[in-house]
Amino acid sequence: MKPTLRERLGVLLAFCNKGRNPYWLTGGLIILGFVLVYLSPRSIPAFLLFVGGSSLAYFLEMKKPARLAFAVLVAIVLVPILGARNIFYLEVIFQIAVFSALALGLNIVVGFSGLLNFGYMAFYAVGAYLWGFFGSQQPFLLHEIPGTAPPGTPFFLAPDWFYLFIFLGIIVAAIVGLILGLPVLRVRGDYLAVITLAFGEIVRQLLNNLDKPLNLTNGPQGISPIQKPTLTPEVVAFFNQIFEPLVGRPVTANQFYNILFYLIAVAVVIFVIIITFRLDDSRIGRAWTAIREDELAASAMGIPANKLKLGAFAVGASFAGAMGVLFAASRTFISPESFTFLASVNVLTMVILGGIGSIPGVIVGAVVVTILNLQVLQSISLWLAQLRQSDAFIPIINFHWKDLSNQLDPSKYQRLVFGIILVLMMIYRPAGILPAGRRQRELEHVDSVIDDEVDSSIAPGAASSSGAVSKGKEDDHV
Amino acid sequence: MSESTHVLQATGVVKRFGGLTAVNKVDFSMEKGRIFSIIGPNGAGKTTFFNTISGLYKPEEGRILFEGRAIQGLPPEKITLRHIARTFQNIRLFGGMTVLENILVGAYTRLSQTAIDTVLRTRRFKEEEARAEKRAEELMAYVGLRNVGNELASSLPYGGQRRVEIARALASEPTLLLLDEPTAGMNPAESEDAMHLFRRIRDELGITILLIEHDMKVVMSISERISVMDHGEKIAEGSPREIASNPSVIEAYLGRGATGGIGAGSAAHVDKLAKEDAS
Repeated sequence: MKPTLRERLGVLLAFCNKGRNPYWLTGGLIILGFVLVYLSPRSIPAFLLFVGGSSLAYFLEMKKPARLAFAVLVAIVLVPILGARNIFYLEVIFQIAVFSALALGLNIVVGFSGLLNFGYMAFYAVGAYLWGFFGSQQPFLLHEIPGTAPPGTPFFLAPDWFYLFIFLGIIVAAIVGLILGLPVLRVRGDYLAVITLAFGEIVRQLLNNLDKPLNLTNGPQGISPIQKPTLTPEVVAFFNQIFEPLVGRPVTANQFYNILFYLIAVAVVIFVIIITFRLDDSRIGRAWTAIREDELAASAMGIPANKLKLGAFAVGASFAGAMGVLFAASRTFISPESFTFLASVNVLTMVILGGIGSIPGVIVGAVVVTILNLQVLQSISLWLAQLRQSDAFIPIINFHWKDLSNQLDPSKYQRLVFGIILVLMMIYRPAGILPAGRRQRELEHVDSVIDDEVDSSIAPGAASSSGAVSKGKEDDHV
Repeated sequence: MSESTHVLQATGVVKRFGGLTAVNKVDFSMEKGRIFSIIGPNGAGKTTFFNTISGLYKPEEGRILFEGRAIQGLPPEKITLRHIARTFQNIRLFGGMTVLENILVGAYTRLSQTAIDTVLRTRRFKEEEARAEKRAEELMAYVGLRNVGNELASSLPYGGQRRVEIARALASEPTLLLLDEPTAGMNPAESEDAMHLFRRIRDELGITILLIEHDMKVVMSISERISVMDHGEKIAEGSPREIASNPSVIEAYLGRGATGGIGAGSAAHVDKLAKEDAS
């Protein structure tokens, strides 16, 4: 019989994991990808090769220090170099980092605890407007007409308060998460989805309308300019000293800001990943999963379900809060436009696509969706635009590319593409790209005190009485 | 009848659902270290009474004392903290979690790790997790589960799932264990093993057991005392022998006018038991 695709992949994976192969493969692909991106900065395949090679450091079997070394090499050295040469990549990876943190936060609520949340962007908005307000001139413009600022208005805080505000963003967003959580605890399932959806819209409408009577948010026009943390020329000079030969030209302070924000985003993501992993594998994480599986049974086991749900909301919100502060500073401009319902759905898409409840899966989801959004679809648009300008035509049906409608631009039907991807995923791989598995533990074998003949009836797969297992909880009258 | 020997006392417990009175003025008390059964026809209010004890329902009237302290109306998680654990009629395991994790969830109230311990992975956290894991493995062995710690709970056959549920309940270190139809759906050999396990839990771990059961053979052979419920009311209480020959019990089970029935069948069984006891 011909080997199935799964078997072929298994053989391939076994080969990749043999001996020193993982190290050679990972290192080789990273360097190959790096060189290709370095030489042709606009090539998407080259960039995908680089990202793919880097992800092998996670997926192949190798020693922990080697993994870390690869991660540090990619994150601290290679990406900044590529980014300094072509800012666009830095933007892509910055967004991947931001959305990874958001998706991980949402995953705690939706994935671990099973509480559907359609208004997650509200917490991101809380973080963004926190720094947006205090990090701009807005506190001095409370009595001005929205959109006007008297010349010479000072900034409210010094730029370096930004770093403190990342932590404040965590705290404030967590508190807002608790406030939302309180009424939400009374409802479940669909109702919860509706309430969170409404919450997201309420926050956005508040931001839109809180320019009167006191101009807190500057309304739909948004707040601008928002300060970035200060950057001393020495740091830029130091970077140039080391990396200028590789980048090919000196990096300006403005360009270096992108690298700085990228590094902060990576630091926050690492922090978020560690916390998420640790929470998942603890009494708290088990309780979250238990609540998701069967809330009533969980509370009968002594789990204070309401307290833990509130905790999930707060932790999930806090990640978004921190990233919101970073977002406001990196863009220097924020408006309610960025925090729409669709933005929340976008993060939810990452979670579902990557693998609901699975930490690596959610990150993969963020990577895939962001690259699709920023790179693949845009470059198809670009390619179509080029075709449109050329004289090329399809011979038999005599179709001239220049007659191609603008409506066919992929960036115009981004949502359609996502819709199709999600539908296909739900049909063929409902648990996501990298589904969540349960942690396997090393178990010592404590010898059973009960006779062997009893054991045989409860070994997995023994069909003795499995037919009688009660199906589902629908008919359950506790 | 001193307070201390009566681990659980209920007086005048009433639970209504709209116009239906599911539990009507039930008085009930059980002694420490006993195996006590509640029986009754379908819809008699047994499970409702159970849920009232374990905190899933709040009774409209009445008091429930556990070890002398009122527990009626407390939420289920507080009841578990008082060392009462339960299993469910239709097994309610966390199917997507492994067997070991299910048992660790059961130990939730007995772990003291805080969120800070968890995030910082303090020594206290690591030691406590290791202890809890070891205890969970011991419990698995105790209830007769072997090599299934890493299996998903939902992948186990029926009898195995029942055992996991009992191990999960034991993990919360109860002094009173409530079992809701623990042998439902089991074949006779499995019921026999289950009864053996319940006796061991009582004898070796000193846990008082209150069970609801339909299987008369199980009830008659394992219980030291039996309460009979019908239409939300307690209609009889006594030793298995007394219950088997109680006319109102027979009537509840077989309808008015019936004679013999379970009385006849079970009386023979009880006679046999009495002989065993005597020997």
